[in-house]
Amino acid sequence: MPGTVQSIERAAAILQVVAASHGTLGVTDIAEAVGLAKTTTHSLLRTLLLVGFVDQDRATGHYALGTGLLRLGSSHLDVNELRARSSNWADALASRSGQSVRLATLVGGQAVVVHHVFRPDDSAQVLDLGTALPAHSALGMVLQAFAVQRPAAAPRPPDGWREELAAVRSRGWAAERGEHAAGEGGLAAPVRGATGLVVGALGVSGPVTAVFDGRRQPRSSLVAMVTDAASAVSRELGHGG
Amino acid sequence: MTERYVLAVDQGTTSTRSLVFDRAGRMVAVRQREHRQHFPRPGWVEHDPMEIWANTQRTAAQVLGDIPDAGDVVALGIANQRETTVVWDRRTGRPVTRALVWQDTRTADLVTELCARPDAGLVAERCGMAIAGYFSGPRLRWILDAVPHARERADRGELLFGTMETWLIWNLTGGPNGGVHVTDVTNASRTLLMDVRTCRWDPDLLAFFGIPAAMLPEIRPSVGSLGVATALSPALPIAAALGDQQAALFGQVCFAPGEAKCTYGTGSFLLQNTGTELVRTRSGSISTVAYQLAGEPVHYALEGSVAVTGALVQWLRDGLGLIGSAAEVETLARTVTDNGGCFVVPAFSGLLAPHWRGEARGLIAGLTSYVTKGHLARAALEATGWQTRDVVGAMAADSGLALTTLRVDGGMTTNNLLMQFVADVLDTPVVRPMVGETVSLGAAYAAGLAVGIWSDVEALRRNWHRSALWTPDPGRARECTAEYPRWERAVQLSVAWGAP
Repeated sequence: MPGTVQSIERAAAILQVVAASHGTLGVTDIAEAVGLAKTTTHSLLRTLLLVGFVDQDRATGHYALGTGLLRLGSSHLDVNELRARSSNWADALASRSGQSVRLATLVGGQAVVVHHVFRPDDSAQVLDLGTALPAHSALGMVLQAFAVQRPAAAPRPPDGWREELAAVRSRGWAAERGEHAAGEGGLAAPVRGATGLVVGALGVSGPVTAVFDGRRQPRSSLVAMVTDAASAVSRELGHGG
Repeated sequence: MTERYVLAVDQGTTSTRSLVFDRAGRMVAVRQREHRQHFPRPGWVEHDPMEIWANTQRTAAQVLGDIPDAGDVVALGIANQRETTVVWDRRTGRPVTRALVWQDTRTADLVTELCARPDAGLVAERCGMAIAGYFSGPRLRWILDAVPHARERADRGELLFGTMETWLIWNLTGGPNGGVHVTDVTNASRTLLMDVRTCRWDPDLLAFFGIPAAMLPEIRPSVGSLGVATALSPALPIAAALGDQQAALFGQVCFAPGEAKCTYGTGSFLLQNTGTELVRTRSGSISTVAYQLAGEPVHYALEGSVAVTGALVQWLRDGLGLIGSAAEVETLARTVTDNGGCFVVPAFSGLLAPHWRGEARGLIAGLTSYVTKGHLARAALEATGWQTRDVVGAMAADSGLALTTLRVDGGMTTNNLLMQFVADVLDTPVVRPMVGETVSLGAAYAAGLAVGIWSDVEALRRNWHRSALWTPDPGRARECTAEYPRWERAVQLSVAWGAP
């Protein structure tokens, strides 16, 4: 079979054996069942353990399917589902804040708008669904800060970027102040799914003067609205319930 | 000045919701309770009116407790599932049978019989609608015929009839102890018993359907004074009642002739305000009452009701297992760029407006080995768009009013593929308001208007804000027009398939 990866094939065989045995086999039995050397089997099981696809019983040393594997199917969140479930909260956030609201998610390592609620002033606005956002936007920063893994192909980040993302993680929100659109400010907070992973970022954008106060600080009332709305959507998705 | 609030009760098909709105039209609290659906026989759908009354009291008390000071709530507005029929004993307050729900089809034979009578033409002439089992008059007649001694007791004045708002208002205002027996003109217009020009019960229609006048509620304007809800604490003036779709029209601030809204849910309901002149329909839409403010003339509307829109997506999920959730239909539909020649006519239990063919049955047309589940998903969404075009076309023919913008609400409006298709297929901009809860908002607006929270309908207009806009693509609009005859042909086939 040209084009197959041997270690993935072997890992799949091991998972099948582990699944069928319902947690009754140790490494020797598993190695025998898949026809591999015990050392090879052991190193494959170590890797599967690290990524959470198998668990090991400390007392018996037997292996069972890991919770990471069980969550694979359910942690996938359809972007249209994400929009439908967040719609009422996004409307309420726009209505209370008086600013436009966007919900973004990572697609291929980039922040992409999946839901957009107009600023409630009836001015001419265009739905910008599918728009890719710069990494320095508030939404982009939240998604990068909480991303499970940085894509391998991503360019080397600029100096101070890691620190900035660490600050976003500890604060629980991100702000932008005209960095990518002159005069435009934004605030965003993470939306978590049922497994606790960040599945999106919800934020407002508007004139810098509406987002920041006279001391160049994000308005605390607006920060509270955004983080409350993001928490409400997370609850709607089953997080923390 | 302290904030003042309005309480809205939305008595719907599956649940009863109590909501509080502020002066900016923003929802500040909501409580909801579902009630049981009874299906005693195929085609029969019933609700327990006592359960609904208990849920109304409970959710209203809860939501009044959710806000800092319930004393700031100044009025109550009611929106209700339409055409659902209750008959009860005026002394005990007990219903004589469960409520017959608007989806219930048990009156089909009775309706066939009534339609065959030589004087049947009188009905559409007086009430603006052709005889159909969809309306409450035939249900009331069925109860009088089927429940032992109901007719004698009704003749003696012991029984009262009402749709849901009447039942709730009677109970809210004291029930057996002086409860007010009233209906609003929008709900009365759905009985087949009211003269749509004078907005009074019509003696000839009552004779035609065999309904004793003694059991009917008094018809009041939708917005004004309907009684005092002494069952609530604090007691609140009941300042408005409207059928749910008329409430949504009000919540979407469609106050000028030509303005229209469509609510996309399990089924879809498109209402267009036609002003104070009644428009006689010839093309299959319904002439109905939109609303009436106390002391002002009645405003009329044309209505197009579509039985199955969101229900088709639910069927893709539950019946076929093609998708895991309703929202995923958009993901599946976006795996392809067109319908692949496939059309789905979701005539699960016949077709309503503008066709009114109860015998039609659903079909999937245009299957080839090229068609994938993605095409099927797209065709299912497009079915909602094509059906919208059917009713908009019928209304335009009847009213002569051009549709310049369609205001939308309901669960399906988060589906961008569908909303863009509706804009393309109608060649009309489609807009969604900031507050998606248009039914309860409309009830709140109507009640707040009656007690002076808002000065006039212009003040309500200023509260309406756009949250999204879908603009038609001229190229796609032309393609849709070219494809429309194929849809019409699929509809004809679905009617032919179901013919006996």
